[in-house]
Amino acid sequence: MLDKLNEIEKTALEALAVIEDEAGLEAWRIANIGRSSPVMGVFSQMGALSKEERPLVGQRANQVKVALEKAFADKLEAVKQAALAKSLATEKLDVTLPGRAFRHGRLHPATQNLRRMLSVLADMGFQVYTACEVESDEYNFQLLNIPPHHPAREMQDTFYIDTGETDEASKLVLRTHTSPGQIRAMREFSATNPRNPPPIRIALPGMVYRFEQITARSEVQFNQIEGLVVGETITFGDLKGTLSDFVQRMFGQNVKTRFRSDHFPFTEPSAEMDVECFVCGGKGCPVCKRSGWLEILGCGMVHPNVLANGGYDPARYTGFAFGMGTERQFMLRHKITDIRYFWGNDVRFLEQF
Amino acid sequence: MKLPISWLKDFVDLTGLSVIDIADKLTMAGMEVEDIRFAGLPLPERDDHGFKVSGIAWDPEKLVVAEIYAVNPHPNADRLTLCDLFDGKDRHIVLTGAPNLYPFKGQGRLEKPIKVAYAREGAQIYDGHADGLALTTLKRAKIRGVDSYSMVCSEKELGISEEHEGVIFLDDEAIAGTPLVDYMGDAVLEIKINPNMARNTSILGVAREVAALAHRPLKRPDLALQVSGDSIQDAVRIEIANPELNPRFTLALIRDVQIRPSPYWVQRRLRLIGMRPISNIVDATNYTMFEIGEPLHAFDYDVLTKRADGKPVTISTRTAAPGEKLTTLDGQERTLTAANVLVCDEKGALSLAGVMGGSESEVSDATTNILLEAAAWNFINIRRTATQHALSSEASYRFSRGVHPNLALDGLKRCLQWMSAWSGGKIAPGIVDNYPLPPADPTIAITEKDIKRALGIEIPLGEVKEMLERLEFKCEIRNLIRDNSNTQISNNESSNIETLFVTAPPIRMDIGQGIVGLADVMEEIARLYGYDRIPATRIADPLPPQRGNPSLEREERVRDILASLGLQEIITHRMTAPEIENRLLPGGVSASTIEYVKLANPIAPEKRVLRRSLLASVLNVVERNARLSDSLAFFEVGVVFVPQPGQPLPAEPRRVAIAITGKRYEPGWDAKVGVKVDFYDMKGIIEALMDSLHISVTYAPANHPSFHPGKCAAILAGNQPLGEDPVPLGVFGELHPAVQSNYDFVSPVLAADLDLEAIIPLMPTLGHPVRAVSEFPPVLEDIAVVVDENLPADRVEALIRQTGGKMLAKVTLFDVFRSEQVGAGKKSLAYALTYQSFDGTLTDKDAAQLRSKIVRRLESELDAKLRA
Repeated sequence: MLDKLNEIEKTALEALAVIEDEAGLEAWRIANIGRSSPVMGVFSQMGALSKEERPLVGQRANQVKVALEKAFADKLEAVKQAALAKSLATEKLDVTLPGRAFRHGRLHPATQNLRRMLSVLADMGFQVYTACEVESDEYNFQLLNIPPHHPAREMQDTFYIDTGETDEASKLVLRTHTSPGQIRAMREFSATNPRNPPPIRIALPGMVYRFEQITARSEVQFNQIEGLVVGETITFGDLKGTLSDFVQRMFGQNVKTRFRSDHFPFTEPSAEMDVECFVCGGKGCPVCKRSGWLEILGCGMVHPNVLANGGYDPARYTGFAFGMGTERQFMLRHKITDIRYFWGNDVRFLEQF
Repeated sequence: MKLPISWLKDFVDLTGLSVIDIADKLTMAGMEVEDIRFAGLPLPERDDHGFKVSGIAWDPEKLVVAEIYAVNPHPNADRLTLCDLFDGKDRHIVLTGAPNLYPFKGQGRLEKPIKVAYAREGAQIYDGHADGLALTTLKRAKIRGVDSYSMVCSEKELGISEEHEGVIFLDDEAIAGTPLVDYMGDAVLEIKINPNMARNTSILGVAREVAALAHRPLKRPDLALQVSGDSIQDAVRIEIANPELNPRFTLALIRDVQIRPSPYWVQRRLRLIGMRPISNIVDATNYTMFEIGEPLHAFDYDVLTKRADGKPVTISTRTAAPGEKLTTLDGQERTLTAANVLVCDEKGALSLAGVMGGSESEVSDATTNILLEAAAWNFINIRRTATQHALSSEASYRFSRGVHPNLALDGLKRCLQWMSAWSGGKIAPGIVDNYPLPPADPTIAITEKDIKRALGIEIPLGEVKEMLERLEFKCEIRNLIRDNSNTQISNNESSNIETLFVTAPPIRMDIGQGIVGLADVMEEIARLYGYDRIPATRIADPLPPQRGNPSLEREERVRDILASLGLQEIITHRMTAPEIENRLLPGGVSASTIEYVKLANPIAPEKRVLRRSLLASVLNVVERNARLSDSLAFFEVGVVFVPQPGQPLPAEPRRVAIAITGKRYEPGWDAKVGVKVDFYDMKGIIEALMDSLHISVTYAPANHPSFHPGKCAAILAGNQPLGEDPVPLGVFGELHPAVQSNYDFVSPVLAADLDLEAIIPLMPTLGHPVRAVSEFPPVLEDIAVVVDENLPADRVEALIRQTGGKMLAKVTLFDVFRSEQVGAGKKSLAYALTYQSFDGTLTDKDAAQLRSKIVRRLESELDAKLRA
């Protein structure tokens, strides 16, 4: 009987050695360690054995069974490993094939840009105030200290609305700047408490219009963001500090700024803020027209007449305002040379953002 | 304005200041230097000066003053001459072809040598024969058998002007051998003059600024006159009809002038500043205008006397009679209106005041006696007149920005000096000065507190006084209790407040009264102190009340959702034309009743109105891109403009327009090809949008002229109070074939036009309520029912949901099927149902009960048949 068990073990292990797939292994398992396998047959024949033989054969049969089971488990693991290795070796993709395209929705670059600027301003406490695009001459010019026939009107070429009115003062215009929103905001806020108007810190974004031919360098419409701060302690130093903070957030912590005197009818004193050209680092390049500086925004202390027109007593309140064309800044950052791309909406332009 | 540095030096000592230093100071102080053109002076050595620079430097060794002793004929060429010339060191024979030397040819030794600009061998100059400015270096050559190594220069060759008709004849006092750069080297700054700096449209004006900025004295011109002959007082009278329009009018007389060219240095300066020299008299008026800032006008006095029949001349100013005519200096006959102011004599109009002279009384070569006018005009009136007649002159440029009446006399005297010096004329004693309306130069009271309040800095008043005096403000510090109310004064003051009283100098019109004037003077203080020296601070004022802008935030939310759905945002021009928008309508539908906001001055016919349809704008973009991509999906969020009868301003409601066309999937190497978007793709976008906005809506078949009648749906706000009509939020669908054919599209276009103003109020304010999520396992089941073809699917789903109640967590229609087996006029709708309870695990029995309830109601109420 013991010889038979040795024979069973030897035969089974030899058969196992040549098997290479899981199906063969399963057949082997049924044949060699299954219920009707020879080794199990030995257990069933134990009753016919003598009392002396029975423990020896039983022990040996058990050894064989355990050995075969272990051999099977090891072999199964080996076969699985081999199969995995084989599949890993064969299932190889061309990883350089392009990925399957998801339809990628994007915001217009002008929207992305406006949002970025407004979010920086929001961090600085500027809340967004929006106003209408068709404006009266009064709001667009007169209340901003630009009376009819003032030379400052030449600074902004204006689209007029055909209303049948010929009287200068009652004309309608497409707003030439977001500044009329200053008056609308001041009037709205001062109306809430005329004797004690609340302080103001707002950003006024939106489309503005200039009567110009459409060329690579000029457009009839573009976005502007205006900022307005009014309070009882606002100074020119605050203007400088606030705008320097703003451009450092927009263009980098180390960007240098320069304020130089300029003229806007609705601010006094007025200034132009330049930032060091971020293309050449101030050395002079075609982008900054060799000057090393980029004109970024106009600003100044709110003119006393404008404060008064907004319902804020200029003897008590001071304020500053600033305005900037947003697409131009964006063009500088992205080296876009044709402003017509923005409203041309060519997909080949839009899909780059 | 152009500013030649040599001219600036007449009024301020520039020692130690480079051209770049000057440009820098002006730019920082509000007179932006736009470019610098060098005409002789050395160019800056370094590149990082921050200005646009061009031009040429004159080598002092190679370019010098020389004198020509004789102009001899060339042995082999008629058109060339050989100049016998001395350059301060040596004699040279110089070959030239200059036409202005011909007249001296063959005269032997000249009585008076001709002073010229001489270029030695190796000098770098511009090529006079090349187009534009091409640098060249003088090299030795043989021309028609004569050695040539140097030349006599024209203005073009030296970079002074475009002039290349002849060589420069310098003034007699030039000394041979003097380096040209020392004699007349220059650089011209192009300065932007803002409207508030009208006073600086002159060399003296800018010099005053440079002197103030550089802490140097201003060298004012000495205006003393040497007079002779009879006084002007009996010869001329002035009458002013309207002092508001003509606050001052002055006249002087100069006799026995000889009309001839101005000295070369005058011509050179005029050319550098952009003015063509004409004759000594005309040049004197122009030169003085550029120098002092006062435009002048010279009349031929004898013409006026003749018109007055020998009697004393009466000059009057008045507005024109409507239709009155005047021929101006440019030869044009102009028809005038009552808004135009005229300078007249008793016979009629002589000139268009402040804008342009008339041709009859203009100075000619035969003129010997000059009546010289310097006047002050109302700048708004001049501006209107210049615009009306499309007539811009250097005079109207200045008068339309405001010239202080005080300048009239300075200008008149300075011009008389130049006329006398350049023409030999004798200045008659006296000036006739009619000055009915002198302006009050404002006086502003300033305290240190005012400065701190506006600029945030503390400057002692003494320092402020010194600064403002540099700009010729009259200043006085007094210890006074402030009585003028232009700034806030604290009430507890019994002591005196040190106050600086500043009076604007009688050259500027930009300083206002009271608190406006205070702001104006603050700007002057800031400019002179230096904007860069004012420390940057953070706002100390309290944060204003927080308001937010919920409407804009919601608008932005719509943009985000649509972009997240794979749509590309576009932004289009707001200007369009009715016929462009009418393409949205099939041929038969009339658009003539649509009112637009029209532009009075459109840049182009296709941009003559403001848009009323956002969808039309979006479809234009689809059309433009139709051939650039297989698959397009665009949206725009923006305003349209709707005239409101009885209201001054149009309404500007915001809308959302969406258009998709072409392939459903982005093309790719294994993409499912050919499937194009249809109605349900657009509906999917709308559903996702409304779902993300948490607005409950229903859809109903709709009729809209732009859309296919069978493929168009209206979006209706759900959850309306009983008895109220649902609010329409917009329409979407496939474009009507007749509309589609109005465009050059490649594939059918699905479009949506939504009313954002109606959508925004429906968006939850505080946040939408969120459904709880059950912890118990769901039971999933499919049912398919056959219903009548015409039964809208949403009624089936609504009934399933209603019957399923709380237990029915989800209903998804996953198949719509038609076949012979289903039956003609029938369709099969297959739904995946998810049953789930919050109270426990559902049993098969629970599910079966719910299912049979649903099926029963579908059968009884919708005549549905359960499909096996």
